[in-house]
Parts: sequence; structure tokens; C-alpha cells
Amino acid sequence: MTRPVHFQLTDDQRALRDGVRELLEGRFGRQALRTALDTPGLDRTLWRELGEAGFFALRLPEAEGGVGVGLPEAVLAFEQAGRVLLPGPLVATHLAADARVPGAATGEAVVTAVQGGLVEWLDEADVVRGDASGAVPLRSVDPLTPLHRVPDGGGTAPPDVPLAVLLTAAEQLGSASRTCELAVQHARTREQFGRPVGAFQAVKHLCAGMLERVGTARAAVYAAAVTADPLDIAAARLLADEAALHGARDCLQVHGGMGFTWESDVHLHLKRAWVRARRSGDVTESEEILAGDLLADLPGATV
Amino acid sequence: MDLTYTPEEEEFRARLREWLAAVLPTLPPKPPPEDWPARRAYDLGWQRMLYDAGYAGLHWPVDAGGRGATPTQHLIFLEETEQAGAPYVGAGFVGLLHAGPTIAAEGTAEQRARWLPPILRGEQVWCQGFSEPDAGSDLAALRTRARRDGDDYVVSGSKIWTSHAEVADWCELLVRTDPSAPKHRGITWLAMPMDAPGITVRPLKTLAGSAEFAEVFLDEVRVPVGHRVGAENDGWRVTMVTLSFERGTAFVGEVIACRRVLGELAREARKNGRWDDPALRRRLGRLNAEFRALWRLTQWNVSEAERSGGVPGAGGSVFKLRYSHARQELYDAAADVLGAQALDLDRPWVPDRLSSLSYTIAAGTSQIQRNIVAERILGLPKGR
Ligand SMILES: Cc1cc2nc3c(=O)[nH]c(=O)nc-3n(C[C@H](O)[C@H](O)[C@H](O)COP(=O)(O)OP(=O)(O)OC[C@H]3O[C@@H](n4cnc5c(N)ncnc54)[C@H](O)[C@@H]3O)c2cc1C
Repeated sequence: MTRPVHFQLTDDQRALRDGVRELLEGRFGRQALRTALDTPGLDRTLWRELGEAGFFALRLPEAEGGVGVGLPEAVLAFEQAGRVLLPGPLVATHLAADARVPGAATGEAVVTAVQGGLVEWLDEADVVRGDASGAVPLRSVDPLTPLHRVPDGGGTAPPDVPLAVLLTAAEQLGSASRTCELAVQHARTREQFGRPVGAFQAVKHLCAGMLERVGTARAAVYAAAVTADPLDIAAARLLADEAALHGARDCLQVHGGMGFTWESDVHLHLKRAWVRARRSGDVTESEEILAGDLLADLPGATV
Repeated sequence: MDLTYTPEEEEFRARLREWLAAVLPTLPPKPPPEDWPARRAYDLGWQRMLYDAGYAGLHWPVDAGGRGATPTQHLIFLEETEQAGAPYVGAGFVGLLHAGPTIAAEGTAEQRARWLPPILRGEQVWCQGFSEPDAGSDLAALRTRARRDGDDYVVSGSKIWTSHAEVADWCELLVRTDPSAPKHRGITWLAMPMDAPGITVRPLKTLAGSAEFAEVFLDEVRVPVGHRVGAENDGWRVTMVTLSFERGTAFVGEVIACRRVLGELAREARKNGRWDDPALRRRLGRLNAEFRALWRLTQWNVSEAERSGGVPGAGGSVFKLRYSHARQELYDAAADVLGAQALDLDRPWVPDRLSSLSYTIAAGTSQIQRNIVAERILGLPKGR
């Protein structure tokens, strides 16, 4: 027997994932997250450091100064970004680097894009992909993602939309696994009625549900990273959105009153998950693509 | 991360496909669902064909008469047989997937030689006598008593929900041999012949109207001590060893089958006009995402088992939890497609909708799975 089917991370992929996690936790840990909340604007120094570390140039060939790895590696990196709630138009800048937009790969340029009728970080962007004319600012629900609304949806979508959806799903996955961890940590330490609240089955089952959704979404997101198939990506998006949105809600519930405070990080996960879910466009589109696939081998199927 | 197969695996798949194409047309017609003896004969007949072709006990170790196949080969086998519409393991389930592997792992050479070959050749059916009226989720609370008398155990008590009891030759039986020990430590695993004097089997009708499980009453049944697998009072561990034989492949065929049903539902909806309802289309689209994800999760878990040399990861409970619920949603969606016909037992999917209701109960309820996930994977404190 040679190598068996190996739908697991390779040693290199593990190393990359751990390396990115270490970098991001070191450079954008809890303290930095809280500081960012009180400091409007994008941290350009951090952005350039991300560029230097290869975050935006992951998939560019080494000959062009890139890291020369593939979509699975990019997905692992974005998952880590989602975990720590790294702010900024990460997906748009990463995809701009692929499209050879000058300065994107190195982190010298901040590139944003019109996605789902919205533009993130417009005032900070050096380059905007898509038509943002007439964009009006709105008071963003996510304190770490300034938003503009584009009146007529921003015209035609760029061709790399499926990749944007996949990398966004990877961020959702990272956030979902983080909220699961936060809930479990809290449930093990917070005591009521003389015992950790995690000993109560109602709390336990919320946590188990979170892990169930993370595990299923992870398989879907990683598979889509391997195949890059639009149907796999649509499925990954639905599962990852569900894991992130539902996970943040349950995490909030497990935290009790603390979960409703500004001081807790839970609301930041929930709000960012709302923004990301919107970034990938209407959920109905993904659902319709997947419904249409069920009739794909039928002659004359239209929807 | 990789989703392609090796040339060896592809060759295994091609040979299997060829064989299935040749033999499936030679199968006798499927027996009616209520004719259990005929179903037993049909299921065992299929097992015999597998045996003759070298596919029996694919995932069993070689020294137990199996083929020692990798988890991935087993995955391919289940995938291909389901896709080709081959018979399901059926009455062979407990023998091939639970009692057999237990004997292979824990039995003596003599016990293996006696019980394993007839399972592989499709000659004997086993059933599982674990649950009792007062011991379901809390299986270790079982009370069926076995008292030593010379070279025999004398067993009295009752079992319930025993699938295929009526057509079984053997029963893998959990009994209490030490009532004074802590509950997990006084249990013993016995192989009980179902024709022994003192056994009464009373079929139970399921909500689907069929009689696939039964109550089994045991009145002073003599089981030779030589039928004990593992040490006396070590039966809990012996049984759990086998539960961990599960290598992520438990639901492969079923997930494939669900994906096929989903396609059929879409076609039916298009035919009867329900497809024009966007809410229904979206529901089916979501289910497509769900079963695609479950298929990927299966591949992930199998690869994990492969990497760890057959030891399953924690993925099993997560998978079962998600899958059993998804399957129920699938058949609820089927009812939505069928409209008024969803109330007609003669329509396809209606009986399946009924049997899907057992998925969140059998083999560990969803609540128990959540306890397992929370306590063993997430490390939350044990309940009272
Ligand atoms: C179709 C089918 C086939 C079966 N075949 C077999 C067979 O061949 N052999 C065999 O031995 N058994 C078999 N079983 C039995 C099956 O394993 C049990 O039904 C199952 O373990 C649940 O036990 P119970 O029915 O006693 O329910 P109970 O344990 O009484 O549970 C009742 C309810 O209480 C909940 N509950 C119980 N304990 C807890 C807890 N600690 N925390 C939270 N909730 C809890 C359960 O989730 C459930 O909702 C079969 C069952 C079915 C439905």
C-alpha cells in the first residue's frame, strides 16, 4: 500500500496553521483586540506585518515573492484570523494580491471590495474593487468593521466571488471554534448552586451542539478548500455561517449577564459573524445553487 | 489534505464495481418486509456471495478470517455497494459489526474458530441482548442474573428491543454475575444459543407496524461457561472494546442513500409542481449542503482512523448526533414534497419517514451522545 486517502492536515499544513495562530495571538491577542476597539482606524503597521509574513501572498508563486501554497493553506490561515477577530478587509486584500493589484501582496496597500451591497473599511482603503460610487456610510453594528452601503448593490460581481465566499467561511469557522472554547472555559469555571454551570445538562448540551456544528462545518470548509468546487463552497458557506451565528448566540447564553456586556468578547464574535454572513451575499443564492444541483443531471432543468 | 484515492484503491474500486455489475442481476427478488425468515435467507444469501468473492469480513483482521482492509477500502466498499443498490447487511448486522468483532478481539482461539467462520459465510445470525426494561441509556444498570452452576451459567431475566431476535441463532448477552460489585464491574459477556430451553421470544410491533425487535425472556437458561468471552465480571470492558471498533464507517452507506433520496425528492417535486415553491427548494438546497458535509465528515473521520491505525477519533458521537437528526429532516422534507400523499403508507419514503424516527434513540439517544461529547471531548464535569 502506498499513501492512503488523506483527508487530514499534512505535517506542513499543521505547522502553517500553528505558525499563523502563534503569529496572530502574539500580534493580535486579547489586549490588542480591546485596544483596537478604542482606537478607530486600521493598524497599518500590523497590516504591513501581515504582508511581510505572507498572509496576503500565500497563494502567489514564490518567483513573485509569494509563499507558493494553495487554497487549503489559505483557508487554514483565514480560520486563524477568524479566531482572533483580526480586523480589516483581509479577504479582499488577499484576493487583490492574487489579481496582482500593486501593493496588496506586501500589505502596503489596503484593498477593499464591494460585496453583498456593502463595502468594508472604505475610508481606509487605497484601492476599491467593484463600483463603490455613491457609497454612504452607516453606523456599523460591528465596532471593528466600518461599513458603507452601496445604493444599487455595486454592479457586477468580480469573478473571484466563490473564493471570497470560501475564505469568509474559513473565518466563520475559526470564530465558531473560538466561541465553543470560550463557552466551555466559562462553563468549567463559573459556579452556581455549588457547582460549575457546565455540570448542568442544559448548559452541557448547548456546548455539545456548538462542537457538533463546528466539526461538521470544518469538514465542509476543508473539503471545499481541496476541491474549490462552487457547490462545495456553497455548502461550506451555509454550514460555516450556521456554526458561527448559532455558536456565538449559544456562547452568549452560556455566559449569562456577562455575555451581554461590552467587556466580554462574545458580542464581537456575533457581530462580526453577522457582517461576514452578509459579505457572502443572500443565503437564498447559496441554497438555490445547491437545490439546482439536485436536478443537475436532468435534461432541461432550469433552476 | 487530499480527497483523491491511490491507484491501488481505485483498482479495488474498479474490481468491486465489475463484480457488483455481474452479480446483482442474479439476485433473487427482495422478500416482503414482513416475511422475516425469507429476509434472513435473503440477507444471508448475499453474505455468502460476498464470502465467495472474497469480500466477507473486509474490515476484520486477517487472523480472524477477515481481509484486513484499511478503513478507506472499507469506505469504498460501502460506498460502491450502496451506489450499486446492493442489499444491506440486514440480519447479519450484529454478527458482522458487533458480536463478531468482539469475539475476534477478546475470544480464545477456539471461540474464534467456532463462531467467526459461520458469520462470515452467512450461515448464522446473531442478535444483541443488552437493553432491559430498566436498563436503557443506563445500560450498566442491567439486572439479568447469571449464577454459576458447575460448568454452566444459569441465566434468568429479560431483555428488550432485541432486533432480529426471532430469526437469530445466537445472542451476545450481557448478564450480571456479581450483584454486589459496582455496577460496571459485575457484568459478563456470554454467547447464548437462541434455541436453548427457557428462552421465550415475544415480538414487539414498532410504530412502523413491523416486528423487527422483540422481548426476550430468560428463565433458568443454561449457558456453558465456555461460552463466556473475556473474564467473568469483565463484560463491560469487553463490550466497549467493540464499540470502539467503529472506524468512522458506520453510516457510509446510509449517507450515500440519503443523497440519492434527496435527488429523487427534487425530481418528484419538479414533476408534481412543488418545485415552484422557493421555500421548498431552499429546504432541499440546505439538505444538499447538510449531506455533502456529512459525506465530507465521514471521509475526514475515516482518514483520521487510518492515520491512527484504526483507533477511532472522537468524531463518532458528533457524526451520529448530526446524522440522525439530518435523516429525520430529510424525510420531513419528503413529506413536504409529497403533500397529502405523505399520509399514504404505500408511497415511497413514507415508511422510511417512520423508521427514521428511531435514529435519535437507538444505539445511544441524542441526549446521551451530547453528554458524551460534552464530558469526554469538551471535558465538562460529569453530571450527578
Ligand atoms: C429500532 C431500535 C432497535 C434497537 N435494537 C436493540 C438491540 O438489538 N439490542 C439492544 O440491546 N437494544 C436495542 N435497542 C435499544 C436502545 O439501545 C435503547 O432504546 C436506547 O439505548 C435508549 O434506552 P431506553 O429506550 O431505555 O430509553 P431511556 O434510557 O429510558 O431514555 C428515555 C429518555 O430519557 C433520556 N435520558 C436517559 N438518560 C439520560 C441522561 N443521563 N441524560 C439525559 N437524558 C437522558 C433519553 O435520551 C430519552 O429521551 C434498540 C432500540 C431501537 C429504537
